[in-house]
Amino acid sequence: MHEALNTAGPFAAEIAKLFWIFAGVSAVVYVLVMLFLVYTLRRRAGRGSTPPDAVPPRALRAIGVSLAITGVVLIGLALADFFGNRALASVPADALRIRITAHQWWWELEYLDAIPAHRVMTANHLTIPVGRPVLLELESRDVIHSFWVPSLNGKKDLLPGYTTTLALLASRAGTYTGECAEFCGFQHAHMSIDVSALAPDEFARWLQGQRAEAAEPLDDVQRRGREVYLSSSCRACHAIQGTISAARLGPDLTHLASRPRIAAGALPNDPASLAAWISDPQSIKPGTRMPATQLAAADLSALTAYLGNLQ
Amino acid sequence: MTPLEKTWADSPGLLGGLSTVDHKRISIRYIVTSLVFFALAGLLALVMRTQLARADNDLVGPDLYNQLFSMHGSAMMFLFAVPVMEAVALYLIPLMMGTRNVAFPRLNAYGYWLFLFGGLMSFTVFVLDIGPEAGWFSYVPLAGPEYSPGKRSDFWAQLITFTEVAALIGAIQIIVTVFKLRAPGMTLARMPLFAWAMLVTAFMIVFAMPSVMLASTFLITDRLVSTQFFNPAEGGDVLLWQHMFWFFGHPEVYIIFVPALGMISEILPAFARRRVVGYLGLVIALVTIAFLSFGLWVHHMFTTGLPPLGMSFFTVASIMIALPTGMQIFCWIATLATGEPVRFATPILFVIGFFFIFVIGGLTGIMLGASTLDQQLHDSYFVVAHLHYVLIGGAVFPLFAGFHYWFPKLSGRQLSETLGRWNFWLFFIGFNVAFFPMHILGLEGMPRRVYTYSAASGWEGLNQLATLGAFMIGASVLVFVCNVLLTVLRGARAADNPWGAPGLEWATASPPPAYNFAQIPVVASRAPLWEQNFPVAVVTGLPDSVPTVLVTRLHDALPDHVALMPTPSLWPLLAALATTALFIGTVFTPWALVWGAIPVGITLIGWFWPTEEEARRHRAVEIKPQTAEQRELALGELMS
Repeated sequence: MHEALNTAGPFAAEIAKLFWIFAGVSAVVYVLVMLFLVYTLRRRAGRGSTPPDAVPPRALRAIGVSLAITGVVLIGLALADFFGNRALASVPADALRIRITAHQWWWELEYLDAIPAHRVMTANHLTIPVGRPVLLELESRDVIHSFWVPSLNGKKDLLPGYTTTLALLASRAGTYTGECAEFCGFQHAHMSIDVSALAPDEFARWLQGQRAEAAEPLDDVQRRGREVYLSSSCRACHAIQGTISAARLGPDLTHLASRPRIAAGALPNDPASLAAWISDPQSIKPGTRMPATQLAAADLSALTAYLGNLQ
Repeated sequence: MTPLEKTWADSPGLLGGLSTVDHKRISIRYIVTSLVFFALAGLLALVMRTQLARADNDLVGPDLYNQLFSMHGSAMMFLFAVPVMEAVALYLIPLMMGTRNVAFPRLNAYGYWLFLFGGLMSFTVFVLDIGPEAGWFSYVPLAGPEYSPGKRSDFWAQLITFTEVAALIGAIQIIVTVFKLRAPGMTLARMPLFAWAMLVTAFMIVFAMPSVMLASTFLITDRLVSTQFFNPAEGGDVLLWQHMFWFFGHPEVYIIFVPALGMISEILPAFARRRVVGYLGLVIALVTIAFLSFGLWVHHMFTTGLPPLGMSFFTVASIMIALPTGMQIFCWIATLATGEPVRFATPILFVIGFFFIFVIGGLTGIMLGASTLDQQLHDSYFVVAHLHYVLIGGAVFPLFAGFHYWFPKLSGRQLSETLGRWNFWLFFIGFNVAFFPMHILGLEGMPRRVYTYSAASGWEGLNQLATLGAFMIGASVLVFVCNVLLTVLRGARAADNPWGAPGLEWATASPPPAYNFAQIPVVASRAPLWEQNFPVAVVTGLPDSVPTVLVTRLHDALPDHVALMPTPSLWPLLAALATTALFIGTVFTPWALVWGAIPVGITLIGWFWPTEEEARRHRAVEIKPQTAEQRELALGELMS
């Protein structure tokens, strides 16, 4: 499971270390205070009692000492947090830059590159190289969202009108799941982001693959599927590079089949789910901006066959 | 009927009920109303917990779920937690101060009616499917005109307006009553700690509420007349809302928590049979909490990309609040340690429950206040756990302690101890079963405010546990309701001072007469009823034939003058109705502000219209110098 304490990179590890420091101190404080409370409550009559209006000097001294210890502990915790903060704030210079634009309710990912043709558009599944820092530039086109992949780092909000940044660094390969952490409306619950950390050479191959235009249909069914795609309302919102479909309202589908899940994690990426999602998205993810598309059964299976080939 | 009784009595029947300005009648209504809202908001939580008990559950859809948690949070904060604390204070403070009413009795009635109408509006629109949908915090742009079309967020904003006006009225009552109506001899240094806590709370309300009223007004004008305060496309700013909301929202937490601290400082010494240890330290701690609470709102915004140095500043401010809070805990434990061993009656059980739960919430609060650690914990279920540990542990447990402790005073009857124990243990166990697992869920990556989660997430087991606990809390509240109803119907009669407590509220009958005290006692110490010779003296010379209170000086409580109190009136109710029409009208049209002001103006003029008799009474009471005999003579002439 994706856990804040089961970390896969130095940033999350830094925070996890802080958590254990704070949790350890808290546990000790809690046990001490409660033990003393229980002791005072279970005292036998007469022991320790003082006249009702006397000011017991021993008790006052104990309060003073407890306060002083509390103060010292708090300063220690504040310092620990301060240095953790500095460790997280340092952004490496050679970072891979990826722009993430949040939408209700999906993530648009753009791998930035000085050469425009090398930019890659994808959605909902972030692929990063192991060992190389990644700098996310976070923006939102509608409401406030928050990017949170606990195994890799803390969260950062995506705010309309602002660009925020978050650094990720995966120290081991694997797939890590995250969720939108800021309440963003109807489908806040279905706004997952998957992060795959690949070995550097594997990542380079993946990036090369993503830069390519969409795969050509392999057979007549898939060719029919492309016709259905281009002649229906799909291309009003989606883009498939290499075709005339170039809208940016919905996720880029050029390499849809390379992503394990669709609809921001709501469904697995298989033909049946794709068909269900295309014909009745509102029953799967009520409120989603994707409208239902009524297609003949043959057209629908042709379309899913075509989309299933977009590796 | 003695003249004093006749002077302070309400007229019988419905008219008397609607026109009353007796702080006790109004407060009991206030308490009952806010408890009804507490129960309703709790039921909403049970629906949410039922939905979350299973992964991919489709019992409740996202539309309803979003309204459920928005309404749960808004109602718990604005219709329960703040009002119930003020309501308890408006009942107790005049009794603790040894006076006969709050400072502004008609305004008090108006505040209650406004609160009632605001709450009724909120639950009515919820039932009509136009309840709030963008959370109790209503972040823009989600709550703005583009992403929350319809009237849902407008009704949320007006819920704020209603309850904030009512809260400000309560705060002003408390400040003036505490400052000016204390019994002679009750210097600031002899005030009960509950009065100190409420005084501090009232000032916090006065400084915090305007911020959210301004913010919600900006939101209304953005939605109603197309201002662009929060629209980035037109130069507005979405973070402006967060700053203004949390500048109110964090002190709000302490507005709920500080009164609870005051209650504990009253209840715990009564059971330890000694005065509280560290009175001065406790007062300083209360004031320190109030000041610090205005300097740490940014810890709700640690993930918005603010500069790290600024975040470190707010981290230190947030963490340091553990010092005054720790001070309170240490002083109470010292009081227990140096007092008599306690008898475990229901009030003290709830106080002990407070210690066990609240300290966990305080410690997780330090974690959330640390800007780095908060990057993981923020907006996860860890926060849901934390906030319930501090608000239920820190405020609701002391409140239930307070209910059991002061119920004999309110009703003249003693709540059942057996049911009280069931109430406590179900609540204590249910609470921990419900909320402790949420810490773990948060660390496992479960975000807040999701209407469902997938089975693959692995969160189902702990969520089921949480749901089980939530239903135990529901059962506990049911036991409490039964206890109250049974006690009111056929409970054992309570003595005037069943706990042998030292405060002035126990110096009068249970329940107190309409005039509270036949004779205002003079106070000579912090624990007047524990003095050998209480009362050392009583105030004489207050007229029996007109409602008056003794006004004393702010710091030393020496008698200053006698003030005439207003008589019962229907005008506060009518003014509240007119104000309600104005507030609800502005949901639909800005012109409601113009035309709605006319009936408000008319009712306020009626409210303050001087009658000849009142003017004569004023002259009779206030002309100086005069002896008591001269004044009674003048009043006798007036009455004849």
